[in-house]
Amino acid sequence: MELKKEFLMGNEAIALGAIHAGVNLVAGYPGTPSTEILETVAKRNNGDIYVEWSVNEKAALEVAAGASYAGARTLVTMKQVGLNVASDPLMSLAYVGIKGGMVIVSADDPGPISSQTEQDTRHFAAFAKLPVFDPSSPEEAYDMIGDAFEYSEKYNTPVLFRPTTRVCHGCASVKVNENIKKNVPEGFIKDTQRWVIFPRTSYLNHLKIENRNPKIGEDFSSYRFNWIEDCPKEGAESGNWLHIAASGISYAYLKEALKCMGDNISRNVRILKIATAYPFPEKLALEFLKDASEVLVFEELDPVVERELVYICGKHNLKVTVKGKSDGTVQAAGENSVESVQSVLNSLLNINYGEDVSGDIPPMPARPPVLCAGCPHRASFYAVKQAAKGKKAVFSGDIGCYTLGNSQPLDMVDTCLCMGADVTIAQGIHRIEPDTLNFAFIGDSTFFASGITGVINAVYNKTDMILIVLDNSTTAMTGHQPHPGTGVTMMKEISQKISIENILKAIGLAYVKTVDPFCLEEAVAAVKEAAGKDGVRAVIFKSPCIAISKPLKKFNVSKEDCIGCKKCIRELGCPAIVRNGGKVEIEDSLCFGCGLCTQVCPKGAICSSDKEGNLK
Amino acid sequence: MSTNIMIVGVGGQGTLLASRVLGSVALKSGYDVKVSEVHGMSQRGGSVVTYVKFGDKVKSPLIEENEADYILAFERLEALRWVNYLKDDGTLIVNDQRIDPMPVILGKEKYPEDIIKILSQTLGSERVISLDALGIAEKCGSIKAVNIVLIGVLAKISSISKEVWEDAIKEIVPAKAIDINTKAFEYGYSL
Repeated sequence: MELKKEFLMGNEAIALGAIHAGVNLVAGYPGTPSTEILETVAKRNNGDIYVEWSVNEKAALEVAAGASYAGARTLVTMKQVGLNVASDPLMSLAYVGIKGGMVIVSADDPGPISSQTEQDTRHFAAFAKLPVFDPSSPEEAYDMIGDAFEYSEKYNTPVLFRPTTRVCHGCASVKVNENIKKNVPEGFIKDTQRWVIFPRTSYLNHLKIENRNPKIGEDFSSYRFNWIEDCPKEGAESGNWLHIAASGISYAYLKEALKCMGDNISRNVRILKIATAYPFPEKLALEFLKDASEVLVFEELDPVVERELVYICGKHNLKVTVKGKSDGTVQAAGENSVESVQSVLNSLLNINYGEDVSGDIPPMPARPPVLCAGCPHRASFYAVKQAAKGKKAVFSGDIGCYTLGNSQPLDMVDTCLCMGADVTIAQGIHRIEPDTLNFAFIGDSTFFASGITGVINAVYNKTDMILIVLDNSTTAMTGHQPHPGTGVTMMKEISQKISIENILKAIGLAYVKTVDPFCLEEAVAAVKEAAGKDGVRAVIFKSPCIAISKPLKKFNVSKEDCIGCKKCIRELGCPAIVRNGGKVEIEDSLCFGCGLCTQVCPKGAICSSDKEGNLK
Repeated sequence: MSTNIMIVGVGGQGTLLASRVLGSVALKSGYDVKVSEVHGMSQRGGSVVTYVKFGDKVKSPLIEENEADYILAFERLEALRWVNYLKDDGTLIVNDQRIDPMPVILGKEKYPEDIIKILSQTLGSERVISLDALGIAEKCGSIKAVNIVLIGVLAKISSISKEVWEDAIKEIVPAKAIDINTKAFEYGYSL
């Protein structure tokens, strides 16, 4: 076998692993930390693989299911909250099963670093009764994705694959096999007993699954990435084992913590490393537990391995204390680290280190994320704020860069729940408080993903609301992926641009107007006009994300004309406009030249400048 | 044990590309490498940190307090924020640029004064290399080359040969920016 070393991000390793496993179709919806998987397949595609950003995760999973019915190997990618959107087809597909291997990657985000929840896909796997793979490093992720396809086909079931952020966005030198397995799909063969879900077949399939899963658990007891590892200590009392179970990236933290602690640990350590939390490799766990009186568990998110061990101990009447998240030995939320693992081990083994002495560091201001200088969302939020001044109004927000509209000084996001919820939350608030102007802010990609049904709901149920579409012609937060409004596909084809304005008109909105948010006067007037009408109204703010457009010019503040009122700072919160003594100045390296501030300055003190910063 | 490098800065400053270059340099030098990147929300002007670790065998991709051999800081407040991660004999390379965080812009918090002086006093001036990487990058043709200027400085004090660094940069920066970045690297290297 030819093996070559490549320096890869975990997500790239997953993509290459799938390509080399002969994947035929890949579909997904962007979401941190999963996005680069599909992008890498598209980039490294030799033309044999069909790749698409689907309109949302449910669509992606269903497209893949169809392909899989026809014998294709399929990969579906999403972040953990995306799996909630895809859960309807997921739960049923678990019963129906597949023909071509199907791996659903749902990337979890301990921390959370860039997510709404710290939910654990391993629970979802148990709930849907599907096997789940949990890699502990990018290297392992590469090998494991191929295994996942094999298991999927061996048991005719979709399988879940859940890397976490540090695996997805960790880079490592990975040994890759350059041969691509050839998989030629047989095509769809009609079989209503198999492909049509009915109560009677579901009952039979349920029985089959309950009978099958313990067998997969047994299979997993000898799976190559589940193992028992002995780390004997020289001079330690024989048999005096410290039992520790670990899964995912926590296994890497544990190994490094043990290395760092060196001779401070005087006991032999026996590790149970779990890569498949469901179906649990019970036989392997029993082997690990046989001489144990106490087991410590390190894993992120929920105590899944921990509870499985408690269950096995109960089932087999073993007198073992399992310590982990449930009893507070390990922190219940957030990420683990080498340091956190070490600190748990220190307190458990009564190891004391001297206190850290840190120098005289002054207090530091936090640096929260902000809308970029030149971001069109700032102009849109500002226009709505101006138009709604003095009125009783609630501003519902959604998922994307524009969630950052909640921060000071804009303060224009009163609610944020999940993809598409702004449109419907606004309706609920309005039912209870009819005298409120209800604004719902939604991005273009989110609108296509899950906003349209909410708008139809509003029109059908005759509510009053103002939809504000923030159309920046891309999926910005996750790194600028195309969507149905952009007119390009992941197969690099030009496609018909789907017009948000036409969709809204077709749904029958009372008022739809598209404006450039950087023409402030016009933008405010459009929102005011919408606010003055009844029914469901929409203003579409159309201006491209700065990351996909070029700056036109820069702006500068004239020292003579600036009166130091700081209106620009107080009202816009642009990272390029800073204080300098009593006046303001524009940080040249950050200014994008959007010109919004020039329309806010009461003295006309902000002008465009040439390259040397001279005012024009 | 591994060599640990942290790259800290403000989202959007080009820290990701710098970590990719470092990862590639370590790989070309025959080490096992782990890099941990930051994507998503904090990339929008927030405080960002990426980790690069290399050695015979590296398991955890993260660097903990008192573990970094080098910190490459793209902004001075961020240097201060992460300086506790430096080992007792670690070196700080800092771009002496000030980017005000929003609480400072809004006048709710103060940007600390004399950061470079404080860092020099805390660490000892021989462990702090401070430079105007933004000004240098601009001279080289693009303010985006700040990352490669800083990498040039690190390359000079590293034990890895100059050619390896140059190869990695050529491999990783976009083709149209190779000239500017080669210049930026030379500038940083010659400081």
